[in-house]
Amino acid sequence: MKSSAIAVSGLRKAYGDKIVLDGIDLDVRAGTVFSLLGPNGAGKTTTVNVLTTLVKADGGTVRVAGHDVATSAKAVRAAIGVTGQFAAVDELLTGQENLQLMVDLNRASSGNGRRIVTELLERFDLVESARKPASTYSGGMRRKLDLAMTLVGNPRIIFLDEPTTGLDPRSRRTMWSIIRDLVADGVTVFLTTQYLEEADQLADRIAVLDQGHLVAQGTADDLKRQIPGTHVRLRFTTVSQLDAAARLFPDSTRDDEALTLRVPSDGGTKSLRALLDRLDEYSLSAEEFSVHTPDLDDVFLALTGHTTEMAAK
Amino acid sequence: MSTKSHSMVMLRRNFKHIARNPTTVFNAVLMPVVVMLMFVYMLGDAFDVGVDYVDYATPGLMLLAVCYGLGATATSVNSDMTKGIINRFKVMDVSRGAVLTGHVVASLLTNLVAIGAIIGVAFLLGFSPSASFLDWLGVVGIVVLLGFAAGWLTVALGLAAKSPETAGLAAVPLVMLPFFSSAIVPAEKMGPGVRQFAEYQPFTPIIETMRGLLNGAPSSSDAIAAIAWCVGIALVGYLWARSTFKKRA
Repeated sequence: MKSSAIAVSGLRKAYGDKIVLDGIDLDVRAGTVFSLLGPNGAGKTTTVNVLTTLVKADGGTVRVAGHDVATSAKAVRAAIGVTGQFAAVDELLTGQENLQLMVDLNRASSGNGRRIVTELLERFDLVESARKPASTYSGGMRRKLDLAMTLVGNPRIIFLDEPTTGLDPRSRRTMWSIIRDLVADGVTVFLTTQYLEEADQLADRIAVLDQGHLVAQGTADDLKRQIPGTHVRLRFTTVSQLDAAARLFPDSTRDDEALTLRVPSDGGTKSLRALLDRLDEYSLSAEEFSVHTPDLDDVFLALTGHTTEMAAK
Repeated sequence: MSTKSHSMVMLRRNFKHIARNPTTVFNAVLMPVVVMLMFVYMLGDAFDVGVDYVDYATPGLMLLAVCYGLGATATSVNSDMTKGIINRFKVMDVSRGAVLTGHVVASLLTNLVAIGAIIGVAFLLGFSPSASFLDWLGVVGIVVLLGFAAGWLTVALGLAAKSPETAGLAAVPLVMLPFFSSAIVPAEKMGPGVRQFAEYQPFTPIIETMRGLLNGAPSSSDAIAAIAWCVGIALVGYLWARSTFKKRA
């Protein structure tokens, strides 16, 4: 399983004067989940549109399932499934009819088509609403139907563009478990998201996209390791105690209002014991003690120099 | 899978849409009939056109029947576009034009139903054409050509519009245009300005061709102009639709 499902090099795209993608290089191994992480407007959807043959690139090469998207778009389309940012279901048709439509467009043989529809309805827990028009579905159900429609042709590479944006936490978890099942079947998933937690939960590899550039690439742990952000947080009850503790740990940062002290640490038991022994030695006791490892939000801040909220503006 | 069978799948989808949302066909079929009853039954005696008014007005109302169906087509093409389902079709290994062809054919078939209704009501109101079988074939040919041309133009309008509402509005001029043609009254009876417009706009030769055929006295110069207009409109509509379809993702 070392082959590339998606290989992108030097991808560029501009709309008029606005450069949306400025030289993107990606390599997604078959059978893995790759997550493109970035705030709104980073260029995630444009990347997906180019990779799925919807939009032509201005420069660079993109190979999906071994085919060049520029010269063999048809072969690429036959190999992929795409679920876009907005559920692309036919609202006037029922769930079942939507799936049947996909079956009809995918293959001529209708013999096992009915079976495919039934299986997908069961798998996505849509049996009860199968005969209701999709316009009556909730957001979560619509997303599920949308993904089910994408799976009809049994694609080996699936693109999911912000599949959980706008979903409630429960539907989000359902979507995550569906994605995990897909990967277990050997499908390659290319996932874009603006939720750091989602990338952390699902992806084998994560690339961080910011203003058309990839600012980092690696596993979630790789990315977290790139910034030395693990620290111990101590909360004291009095300012004098905080003063004393701050003198003990010169490279710490203090917050006078919250009476807390952030002491850099590797999070290991040895260094923690040393820290606690040190406090004991000077008869200091902290009201509260916690170890913080950086989450992807911290990573994003460190990599791009701004927070996700700022970039979203 | 071939383009043809993909188009058939799309056409079936359009039929289901119509079945779910029958008001669109109601508008397309019932409105022209209402207009016909108003002009022919209520006002008909007031018009002096040299022949029985129902014989004069029927060809024009047939054209009106085509136009009334277009708003619904534009709206449904646009909602496909704006709701993202077209992008789904585009990233599938599905022939590109199939979804548009489906819309055009559905629009054309709706037109034929509406025209059938108009002709039926016309006969009830005393319509007595002197067309031969061949003339009738000619009428059907012109109607199909017109429906096809107007269909492609409407699909293009629907694709280009920003929202389903504006798409519906974009088709309004096509509904108004028959009134500024020789559909209801002869062009020479209109005021200056409007008269010239009515004489030279595409619908007038199309209506005159149908009128000639139904009277059993077709004029070949009208027919040539009518066919040229239809082919021209179809071509512009088709090319416009195709390029908009490619561009909008």
